[in-house]
Amino acid sequence: MDDLIIAGEKFSSRLIMGTGGAPSLEVLDAALAASGTELTTVAMRRLDPGARGSVLDVLRERGIRVLPNTAGCFTAGDAVLTARLAREALGTDWVKLEVIADERTLLPDPIETFDAAERLVADGFVVLPYIGDDPALARRLEQAGCAAVMPLGSPIGSGLGIRNPHSIELIVEAAGVPVILDAGIGTASDAALAMELGCDAVLLATAVTRAQRPDLMATAMKGAVLAGRQAWQAGRIPRRRYAEASSPLTP
Amino acid sequence: MDVVVGAGIIGLSIAWRLAREGRPVTVVDPAPASGASHAAAGMLAPVSEVTYTEEPLLRLGLASLSRWPAFAAELAADAALPPHDPASTPSPLPSGATGAGDGGEATSGAGTTGGIDSAGGFFGGGISAAARAGLDLRADGMLDVAFGADDLAALGELAAFMEKLGLPVERLTGRECRRLEPMLAPSVRGGLLAATDAWVDPRRVTTALLAALERRGVPLVPARVSELLRDGDRVTGVRLAPPASPGEIPAERVVLAAGSWSGELANVPVRPVKGQIMRLRSAQPLLGRCVRGLVHGTPVYLVPRGDGELVVGGTQEELGFDTRVTAGGLYELLRDARELVPGVTELEVADVVAGLRPGTPDNLPIIGPSGTPGLTLATGHFRGGVLLTPVTAAIVQGEDADLATLCSPARFRDIS
Repeated sequence: MDDLIIAGEKFSSRLIMGTGGAPSLEVLDAALAASGTELTTVAMRRLDPGARGSVLDVLRERGIRVLPNTAGCFTAGDAVLTARLAREALGTDWVKLEVIADERTLLPDPIETFDAAERLVADGFVVLPYIGDDPALARRLEQAGCAAVMPLGSPIGSGLGIRNPHSIELIVEAAGVPVILDAGIGTASDAALAMELGCDAVLLATAVTRAQRPDLMATAMKGAVLAGRQAWQAGRIPRRRYAEASSPLTP
Repeated sequence: MDVVVGAGIIGLSIAWRLAREGRPVTVVDPAPASGASHAAAGMLAPVSEVTYTEEPLLRLGLASLSRWPAFAAELAADAALPPHDPASTPSPLPSGATGAGDGGEATSGAGTTGGIDSAGGFFGGGISAAARAGLDLRADGMLDVAFGADDLAALGELAAFMEKLGLPVERLTGRECRRLEPMLAPSVRGGLLAATDAWVDPRRVTTALLAALERRGVPLVPARVSELLRDGDRVTGVRLAPPASPGEIPAERVVLAAGSWSGELANVPVRPVKGQIMRLRSAQPLLGRCVRGLVHGTPVYLVPRGDGELVVGGTQEELGFDTRVTAGGLYELLRDARELVPGVTELEVADVVAGLRPGTPDNLPIIGPSGTPGLTLATGHFRGGVLLTPVTAAIVQGEDADLATLCSPARFRDIS
């Protein structure tokens, strides 16, 4: 598979993992290993980066790059503060920007997200914002200097897959930065579809961590992302209304 | 002599069982019974707490649950707890709760002490009057409830998993849930009753353990252990932080039961996982059994005590040794508790506390000889310290070889 490049950094895996929801660190570790991921998000609220034996140690042991996120923030102010604390604690200026509109849907707040993105870009951050499947907002965030855009397939943890593939295609078509499908992946075919639509990477957590066998689901996701990428590169055949014989019917 | 480092429920129980065998033992702790045991709700709920990938923890939990009645009865007798309140009869065991999983756990120890009632379920042997009155040990089950369609579907998946494991759970409609617990919110859609699950008041247990140790003349040294004494590859005792005098206690064996702090004294993979928990108080108990639920995907539990106290827990945070009680932590507990049982808002706030659960990489405790001569470990009990107390003491005493393998320190590299 060709490399994924975000802000000049190369990744040979196009599967980005989240860490939430795993029953234990050992189960999480096995799942991360099976996924082959090289970049993994960690919620910085309620996590002390200095504490021993935490999820950060699991990532360090595996040599997986940490992508701090601002999960749990409801305002641009909260998100900017959380990002700065993460930069100080982890020594990375990358941040997955997540500003939530309400607890029930966990849908991203577009106005607060845009506000925070502008401020973080100005402050030298590499910003990867989590957004709805909105092509206009994606374009505006790219223009504001974000290093990638991360539209959702469906709400966080819902496992509903990609509800509006057309919007994702529109975002991909217009984007000059990587498009990372974030949130809503339920099973391997969802991840493959994201890549077939032209996304550059997929971010998922719950689909793996809450599966009955997380390591096996992680393996499935790794294969799905690879297959989807290859299918995108290979170029699918056009859809036809009627059959077209694959071998000649008449001599 | 054995030195037990840590006077939480685990360390105290080990010391007590050793003392009962007539072994000389000393306990060291700067603040006995003030850590995770003080914060814990005391759920003895291996069935309703089971999750995917954690079948080994389930086995351990069921084995420990079956040991609780005898453990409690013996403790109540040793601590001379009065079997007062004769009107309070031992809790009736649910019909049909016959220990379907694991081929029916042995009701180990049941009948060794007077005052034990009829047997049945994982919780073999019933509960002695003294254990019920003195320790608030109750086996009236755990009701796991769901509200929205999403949470109900999640509960259904969990029920299927439990049934596959042969666990005795019963699916209930919302109406049936509210018949059992009338204070539940009307919006409850359905639930799952784990009738064999139980609970106990951990604060009463540690108080009773301290009394039992005093009656048996076990010294409790109120000092902090600054390091383990080592001679070559052997552990030979403990060094106490100043101003303790004498500054060292030699030991044939050191039992490290220091919970989250165990990693400060030996190389063990234990990390603190913060939990905030609150205690509310009412004149009349609001609930007849433990209730837990998923509220929009977030778990919350309510544990009723005989005296009207209601324990609401618990957050789960990876913040090192931080034990601050936060606005957000309490807000989330109350928000979710109120969804389950709207009446909680009328109750008095009696106590808010944050404790540190000793977490391990695989969520199983680390119990047994460490590989370093002279050092035995009994730590890393994470969310299950109270439940796993009797089986931990048994494993340290060399019983239950099968379960000991499950918890063996040998499963980790570089323990010393």
